[in-house]
Amino acid sequence: MSPQKRTVESGALEVRFVGDNDVLDHIVEKHEGSKAPQSSIQTLVSLKSRRKPSAGTAEEEEEEDGVFNEQNYVEALGAGTQDGDEDGSATAGASVFTFQTIKRANKMAQVASEWARTPGKSVTFSTPDSPEEPPSPARASKKMVTQNKTPQKGKKVQFVSTTPHRLRKRISAPNLKSDSDSDFSPSNSEEEEEDEHEDEEEKGEKSEALQKTPSKTSTAAAALYKTPAKKSKKAPEPSLVEEYFEAHSSSKVLTSDRTLQKLHTPKLDRETLLRLLDGKPSCYTDEITQLNKKHEKNFSKWMLQLQMGFNILLYGLGSKKLLLEKFRTTMLSDSMHLVVNGFFPSITLKSILNAITSEILEHDGSFRTPMDQIDFIVKTLKKDPDNHIYLIIHNIDGPMLRGEKNQQALGQLASIPNMHMLASIDHINAPLVWDHSKMCVFNWLWYETTTFLPYTEETSYENSLLVQQTGALALSSLTHVLRSLTPNARGIFRLLAEFQLENKDNPSYTGLSFQDFYQRCREAFLVNSDITLRTQLTEFRDHKLIRTKKGADGIEYLLIPVDAGTLTDFLEKEDVE
Amino acid sequence: MATSSVSKGCFVFKPGSKKRKRPADAEDYFVDGSGDCAYGKERFITCQRLWEKIKTDTEILQDDLNKKILDSLLAFIKKCSLSFQSRASDWASLMRANEIPTAALVLGVNVPDHDMTFQSLSDLLQESVTPFAVSVQAKECAALKNLMQRVLERLMGAGVSVEDDEEDPSVPLPQKRVSCSMSALCQWYKTVTKKQTMKSPEKKCSSVNDFSETPPILVIFKDFEAFNPRVLQDFILICSRYIQELPLIFVFGIATSPSTIQHMLPHSVSSLLCIELFQSLSCTQHLATVIDKLILTSQFPFKLSGKVLQVLVSIFLYHDFSVRNFVKGLQLALLEHFHSQPLSVLCCEKKEFLGYAQKLSHQDVEMIRQLPSFMRYVEAQDAQEQVQLLTSDEHVKVVCQKLLKDLRKYHKNYYPILRCLHTLTSSLPKYPLGKQIRELHISCLEKNVWETNEYESAMQLLRLLAKDELVTTLRKCADILKSGKTKKMRSALQQLEDYLVKFEQLDSMSVEDLNEEEVTSPGKDLQKKTDLFQLQKTLLEMKGTRRSKKMSPFEVLRNEALGVIDGLVRSHLTPPELQPLYEVCYYSSSGILRRHLNATPRTSIQTALSHPFYYLQNVSLKTDAGTVSNAAPDICIAYKLHLECGRLINLFDWLEAYATVASAAEGKDPDSEEYGKVDELKHAHFIQAVSELEFLGFVKSTKQKTDHVARLTWGGC
Repeated sequence: MSPQKRTVESGALEVRFVGDNDVLDHIVEKHEGSKAPQSSIQTLVSLKSRRKPSAGTAEEEEEEDGVFNEQNYVEALGAGTQDGDEDGSATAGASVFTFQTIKRANKMAQVASEWARTPGKSVTFSTPDSPEEPPSPARASKKMVTQNKTPQKGKKVQFVSTTPHRLRKRISAPNLKSDSDSDFSPSNSEEEEEDEHEDEEEKGEKSEALQKTPSKTSTAAAALYKTPAKKSKKAPEPSLVEEYFEAHSSSKVLTSDRTLQKLHTPKLDRETLLRLLDGKPSCYTDEITQLNKKHEKNFSKWMLQLQMGFNILLYGLGSKKLLLEKFRTTMLSDSMHLVVNGFFPSITLKSILNAITSEILEHDGSFRTPMDQIDFIVKTLKKDPDNHIYLIIHNIDGPMLRGEKNQQALGQLASIPNMHMLASIDHINAPLVWDHSKMCVFNWLWYETTTFLPYTEETSYENSLLVQQTGALALSSLTHVLRSLTPNARGIFRLLAEFQLENKDNPSYTGLSFQDFYQRCREAFLVNSDITLRTQLTEFRDHKLIRTKKGADGIEYLLIPVDAGTLTDFLEKEDVE
Repeated sequence: MATSSVSKGCFVFKPGSKKRKRPADAEDYFVDGSGDCAYGKERFITCQRLWEKIKTDTEILQDDLNKKILDSLLAFIKKCSLSFQSRASDWASLMRANEIPTAALVLGVNVPDHDMTFQSLSDLLQESVTPFAVSVQAKECAALKNLMQRVLERLMGAGVSVEDDEEDPSVPLPQKRVSCSMSALCQWYKTVTKKQTMKSPEKKCSSVNDFSETPPILVIFKDFEAFNPRVLQDFILICSRYIQELPLIFVFGIATSPSTIQHMLPHSVSSLLCIELFQSLSCTQHLATVIDKLILTSQFPFKLSGKVLQVLVSIFLYHDFSVRNFVKGLQLALLEHFHSQPLSVLCCEKKEFLGYAQKLSHQDVEMIRQLPSFMRYVEAQDAQEQVQLLTSDEHVKVVCQKLLKDLRKYHKNYYPILRCLHTLTSSLPKYPLGKQIRELHISCLEKNVWETNEYESAMQLLRLLAKDELVTTLRKCADILKSGKTKKMRSALQQLEDYLVKFEQLDSMSVEDLNEEEVTSPGKDLQKKTDLFQLQKTLLEMKGTRRSKKMSPFEVLRNEALGVIDGLVRSHLTPPELQPLYEVCYYSSSGILRRHLNATPRTSIQTALSHPFYYLQNVSLKTDAGTVSNAAPDICIAYKLHLECGRLINLFDWLEAYATVASAAEGKDPDSEEYGKVDELKHAHFIQAVSELEFLGFVKSTKQKTDHVARLTWGGC
């Protein structure tokens, strides 16, 4: 197999046949006069090497080489030599691990609207003409970035398209040939995006047309465009390297400043979220159950392999908890087993070991170190080789178990001949947890079990995302603490809360100053001296009810670290009582 | 669910003691999983037996390979311990009195394999040199205190338990706590050695008997590179202070190169050590031996196909260099083969498969008929035989026995010839057929090796071989063939030996002949005085005669001998796929093996996210390559949208974009008021999708900007 053909097959280098019309359009465009020859060269280049925006031939060849080597390697690994049931469309490593590329602020919305307009396969063409705005010089480079990023996206066709709209724009944009191609300007991005996605649609149209062309001509086409590619070396296009630094240099983040406050729907709390999610079943229930049925067929094989000294590791998208639970109930009902929720935020190695020693091995006594405990487990199990223990760990890559020491300890457990381990991983970088020797100790057999089930339980513990913050917990703690205080103290707190609520719309509100507060408290006959107030405040602070901040003028400002909604709720509740 | 709780992460389940029956073992699962066909048990037993054999064989192999290095290490340690005893006599040992004898054991990067080596090393040491051998690992020695504690604990613990077995084992515990210093160790060592000398003549210590009076204390650092240099330096400094009282010896297990010692220890510390280097066998050589003994042999009926072998070798070469993992892969292949191929019951020794073949049921016979290789065989027969094979079960059984015997014979011939070919070609320049025999084996498994260009060029090179080389390699081949037990091998050996004799005869006779010839033709010309033109003429003449000259007897013989080899290759190195019933013995699902041993979880997740149709075969998900239908699961849509963002993602924008796509999926009219609006349900689904993406590690929350998340990956489609 010639390298050329090979690379074509691997999809690394896309070469397309160009119809006569397109060529003609090229020429016409050239003859328009306003366009410098450089740009046409540019287009030819990008036509030749779709994947690489840099047109340097040497670099290109090098990369081609790289691809070739990679191909060799993949083939050697047997990926190329599939058994028929092998994955065909599975993403190759090259597309999974790439460099960071420049993204535009509004790109997502554009893609979304375009996406929404293209249901399934049919492509709708609603191209609003907007010829007046001058395209920014960055657009060319931008364009290539997108191509660079998603080589398989069907953007196979030339971005210099044949439509008159495009032509008009070119003509009206003499500054395109200026050398400032790599100057990335964040301005007027919206309009650009408009063009952007028009182009994409054009491309979509064209790619359909061009897909019929036989792939054999591609080599010829590549040969045809070889020379322009070389010439364009001098053209000041952004190279891969330049783009890399461009993408990494901008410390400024180009995102819109809109926040979730703009949302019409109120923030959801945990309960409503669960209620809503329960309400609508997933649309692919049948397929998902089918998928899971397929995995369930492996159960007895897993048992066999566990008995043979392997340990099973499940990976793939979707919660594997149900699957493992089903395995547990069907296969393990007669044997001793331990289930560990690795995603549980306060799981510790100690609790796992304790569960094994005290509950399974029924040993009451404490251990000085986890090492001793593991030694004890190893010894006890060695003495009783018929006592098989199954260890199911959901998310062995969980945040608490990730640590080197914990994995080491789990590995030691896994290597005991009559301890059998089944575990699942979900994080994309989970395999990095194990080095060679740990890998060997675990003796994993990997099973791909993509279930597409929602990670409801796994994600239920995390409240990190801003979306779902609820004050329920804060509220209950507030009421609990306040209930134990004197009426006067409650009054003091109430005063502060009310003042804070009054100022809730004031963005520069930093808190109530101590002096003001004292004044107000005196007026309400809540305290008689500032010492009383200070002791009271100390108590609040100890219970984390308030926070004090020193202002610029050295005055203490008092603040309740709870959001306005919760505070209102709290006051209402107080009123009821 | 019984295993979800907000306050607990571990759940223990015990089987009810009442219904506690004998838990099923591996055999039951094997039979269970292999469906309804018979012989599940037999297959499992064969599989187990083969695996046990492979396991013990590899262990023996490992011991053999390590024997040399362990022996030299042992000699070194013995020498050191002797020098401890006979100290102070000669000036050289006085010079070295303050140095700690150290063995640097370079083991290679295949760390997982080291355990076995260290195990056999410490066993050997305990047996023959000293009871005081401790091994420490870096992970248990974060600080000097820990290291000290480990060493002392293991030494004194061992010492105590050896000395007073009858005592309660819990007693030494408080003892150990008492003091953790070198002086304590010295004290202990003195008492122990004194006790030993007193005790040994009396009753026990049969094992201690052979040790010298002052056995050395051996500290093995299993993973030298992983140690904290500071800890190690301090430990060595302290130890060197006590070298007069304690006969200490260190062993460093080094994975990379000896120069790490210089990197980790400054000169002031390393000068306290008297280092001797020991180099273990490289892991590739180790693998070559394992393949040689386990795979290139007709001893095991179970075989790997070319692709499977290639996968295993590539995992070894590209990923871990671990022989242990290679054997693990072999085990998996073995298990998979017997588990998935019902006819593998016939994959056993001759006596057994003849019996099983006799007892095959109708169903099994049908299965045999379905085998592609058997179908090919049937097609090659004449019409009557074909009918017989397709109708009569009995006939198939008889033929099957014959074919299995043929397959066995094929293997018996294949391996000796393969080795012969390898010996012939492995010394050729550029190794046209591969440097390692496994490469040759793989290419033989895949295609007719004699049709390849590489074989052609190898043969050409062989035809240019000088006599000495040719004869020695042919002799080697003859040695290999001697081990062959079949008739064909014996005749091949006979042929080869005949040629060897002929070459020798050539030797004795040709000396004179050749000399004569050479002397007659050019000799007289040179003696004469000639001019330039004359010389040119004679040279041209000579050239002409040489060209037309017929080959020397050696050349003729060489070509004949190589012709014989070529014939052997052609008749015996045919790919196994052409053998009828090869499916019985060969495991060929390389994909399964690769997926279980060398998985790519991230690729799988990203495929599921960007091409959900690959997993969920629903028509509405089917799209052109590279795009996702807007009816895809929420998480796929959210993922796809986040790919269009930069380092930070605005949650609001993301939500809005998601709502747009989601309302399109609902089939709403794009012009209506409702279109693209965020309602509660969409909001909830979005929240779920985003938190799932966070759980998977694609985004994380950030405080850099309000309501933003940070993107963590690049690439993806």
